[in-house]
Amino acid sequence: MTQKNYDAIVIGAGHNGLTNAAFLAKAGLDVLVLEKNDYTGGATVSRELYDGWKYSNCSYVCSLFRPEIYNALDLGRHGLKVVPLTASMTFKQDGDYFGSYSNPNIRRRELMRHSQRDADAAVRFDADIMRWCRLIRGFLLRTPPDPGSFKPRDAFEFAYLLKKFYELSETQIYEFIRFFTMSIAEYLENYFENETILAHYSGGSIIGTGLGVYSPGTAYVLLHHAMGDVDGNVGAWGFARGGMGAVSGSLASALLSYGGEIRNESEVAQILVSGNKATGVRLTSGEEITAKTIVSNLDAKRTFTTVMDEKDVPPYVLERARNFKIRGSSGKLNIALDGMPTFPALPKDSPLTLGHMHFTDTLTRLERAYDDWKDDRWSADPYCDFLIPSQYDPTLAPPGKHMATVFVQYCPVEPDGGWSDVKRDQFGQVVIDQIADYSPDFKDLLLHAEIRTPRELEDEVGLTQGNIFQGELTFDQLMFNRPFPGYAQYRGPVKGMYMCGSSTHPGGGVMGAPGANAAREILRDLGKPDTTPEEFSDD
Amino acid sequence: MNIDHTHFRQALQRTPFHDRYAAMSTTEHWATWNTYKVPYVVDKLSTEYFSVRSGCSVMDLTPMEKYRIEGKDAFAYLDRLLTRDLSKLRPGRVTYVAWCNDDGKVIDDGTLFQLDENTYRLCSQHHQLDWLLMSAAGFDVQVAVETHDIAALAVQGPTSYSVLTAAGIHGLDDLKPFGIKDLQCNGFPVTVSRTGYTGDLGYELWTDPDNALALWDAIFAVRGQYDIHPIGLDTLEMVRIEAGFIMPGFDFNCAEATVRNGYDRSPYEVGLGWVVHLDKGHFTGRNALVAEKARHAKRRLTKLVVDGNKPVGEAFIYAGKNGKQVGEVKCTTWSPILKANLAIADIELRNGKLPQSLWARFDYQRELKWNTAWAECHAQTKPFYSPEHKSATPPNPF
Repeated sequence: MTQKNYDAIVIGAGHNGLTNAAFLAKAGLDVLVLEKNDYTGGATVSRELYDGWKYSNCSYVCSLFRPEIYNALDLGRHGLKVVPLTASMTFKQDGDYFGSYSNPNIRRRELMRHSQRDADAAVRFDADIMRWCRLIRGFLLRTPPDPGSFKPRDAFEFAYLLKKFYELSETQIYEFIRFFTMSIAEYLENYFENETILAHYSGGSIIGTGLGVYSPGTAYVLLHHAMGDVDGNVGAWGFARGGMGAVSGSLASALLSYGGEIRNESEVAQILVSGNKATGVRLTSGEEITAKTIVSNLDAKRTFTTVMDEKDVPPYVLERARNFKIRGSSGKLNIALDGMPTFPALPKDSPLTLGHMHFTDTLTRLERAYDDWKDDRWSADPYCDFLIPSQYDPTLAPPGKHMATVFVQYCPVEPDGGWSDVKRDQFGQVVIDQIADYSPDFKDLLLHAEIRTPRELEDEVGLTQGNIFQGELTFDQLMFNRPFPGYAQYRGPVKGMYMCGSSTHPGGGVMGAPGANAAREILRDLGKPDTTPEEFSDD
Repeated sequence: MNIDHTHFRQALQRTPFHDRYAAMSTTEHWATWNTYKVPYVVDKLSTEYFSVRSGCSVMDLTPMEKYRIEGKDAFAYLDRLLTRDLSKLRPGRVTYVAWCNDDGKVIDDGTLFQLDENTYRLCSQHHQLDWLLMSAAGFDVQVAVETHDIAALAVQGPTSYSVLTAAGIHGLDDLKPFGIKDLQCNGFPVTVSRTGYTGDLGYELWTDPDNALALWDAIFAVRGQYDIHPIGLDTLEMVRIEAGFIMPGFDFNCAEATVRNGYDRSPYEVGLGWVVHLDKGHFTGRNALVAEKARHAKRRLTKLVVDGNKPVGEAFIYAGKNGKQVGEVKCTTWSPILKANLAIADIELRNGKLPQSLWARFDYQRELKWNTAWAECHAQTKPFYSPEHKSATPPNPF
């Protein structure tokens, strides 16, 4: 049997790899996606690890996924449905809570319940955040310009960037620069005075980052969590029906419909290079597959230090890859529940259980949680993003039963003496204890918990250090600096080799944008028609 | 204000007058105003409109934001905050005011009530506590929200004086426009100001929420003698346009809530130059406004009478029929009393002047079919409708 020749091979069947492959296949390329696991989706999966329950066991909510990609790949017809979440909340230690409701009248009254001034300041806050979101969103589906290049396209893209920037007023430009470099706590203190409100809105800024609420650069991460939308409701999050596997499942289905192929249990050991050109890949099984275009969905560190032969990588790139900031800081619990837990602090019929639930009500507690991580300990009093998606989605648990997902900040890459299963379970117990402080029947309802530390995220998914964004979202690693200066346009250091993961612009979150942007560059290099969508413009 | 944990069960709050409104509502056509449930129309729009212009209308003003400002530095604080010269304001008087951010863009407008020497009430359309407190630094002044602690009712129309007198509120004879008086109504205190948003004779009544229903009932007790109607936001929109009053957040963006650069407006651009007194001493936004005054204004909210009787709705304004697009209509109404199409439009100026000829291009529907129309527009500087009886003191009795 002769080995089939592919036009392109995508390494890793994460959502970006699948997005990339789908756009390449749509342009008529013969595309093969290689996945090391026996399931597709990378960190965008629904897995049945306990009989009858489906876990979105890595990424768990959906907001950033670009509607342009959804539309261009016809994902609705491939089965994707994203149902908006209607609330978020923070439990207070004194028995009260702060809720952020989706109804604007209720949201305002709840803010007023905690601070009249903050309720009014929210008008200014919302306008300012919307301004920065609008600015950033215009760049999500564009290839970052190389500011040092004189190529017409770079000059054009850089001019576009400057134009967008100079659409701001002078004061707004200063404010935007401040926003990019400030800590979330200091940024929010420009608006709010109430401790719980400050803690509530800070949380999104530390998710997935090795930074604390007082660390410079965290204000931007807030934007990363606020700039998504569900049907135009900016900042809204949604649940993919069927779990996050529905996102990768619909992408895979679109890819197959364009004639693409996916091979699971096919781990790439090395990208083959000859004469500074990519020629194919060798699998861990020894099998070699040839293609002139090789796209890595793996993070930049893994791509250049593991699956490429170091000899094939220029010293500059290798050095940057080794020093790429990709610190693991998060853990995750996926829980099967025998019924719906109760929360005595909440009035009967409160809609707040339908959204994100948090248990950290002061900035000080958030900062202390970070202090533990810096000392290579998991947070004794962690920040948890706790959701029970089975309230919306009957496909996740048997009738009357529930599935809970808990994202945990912070969890060290390696605690003192390294991880063991015992330590992993101790970490999980801290989280379960925190939830049980606010839900007395929670422990009794607990049937099964999958506990994931950075160790599991790295070993199973392949994310270096278990960093969920494939690299910190700090200013030094964003836009034309992502993953490193000179390599932000999705092309690798050898001809025919590309990157399409969250290590590239615009970064992590289940957006699909890196995959689509990389496809655009590949198709351009191959002289093929561009199948990737332009951004939907607001104006 | 005490807010219960279960407030989420009712998206819209009820004002102290709500039970009466609900009982009289045949349309059940409700709007949201500052988290409260208020009517668009209670029963019949034309009847409600004419109650303002020919009889007596009653409208719940409780949702309007109200701030109490008091303290030794209250005047100095307001003098710095507001663009208007307040030196002529006296206790028992009201004045119309606007305030700007540092860039000289309008944050909101409103009415300022001087209740006594060092006590004021500022009423505004939008939420202002954030800005009012930010501006209070260094002043010996207390700012508190009293929106939800005062029941407010606008009683407006040519017979409003007679209705209130018949309802037992005595002492209105010598109350001049923009005056305030503390009076009694059947044994409970009511503060009455001769103010309003209708351009007709009218009063605004302020009382404790516990007295709200008694106040309503006292007024409606004389309904047999006078034609009195509760009205909603739809009527208010018609009469405020006739009176030439602008509405921040609808006719222009409030500065602090504006997202896009250049989408906010200066007081000169919205026709509020008359409440800006650059010579009164320093105030917030003054430097920017001095600079702006020295240039030609770029645009202005302009009152337009639009020819014809087709509903104008959303429209662009052109310099001449088929000319250059120079503006857009922000609000519009058919005026039953003038039998004319009225509009307020944001129009670009050239060398500080309006284009000579203004035309509106708009789409209208007839039996589901869309048509396009052109209509000539005539700019006005005065209110479209301003009856003499509005300011007579004592008011004409009926």
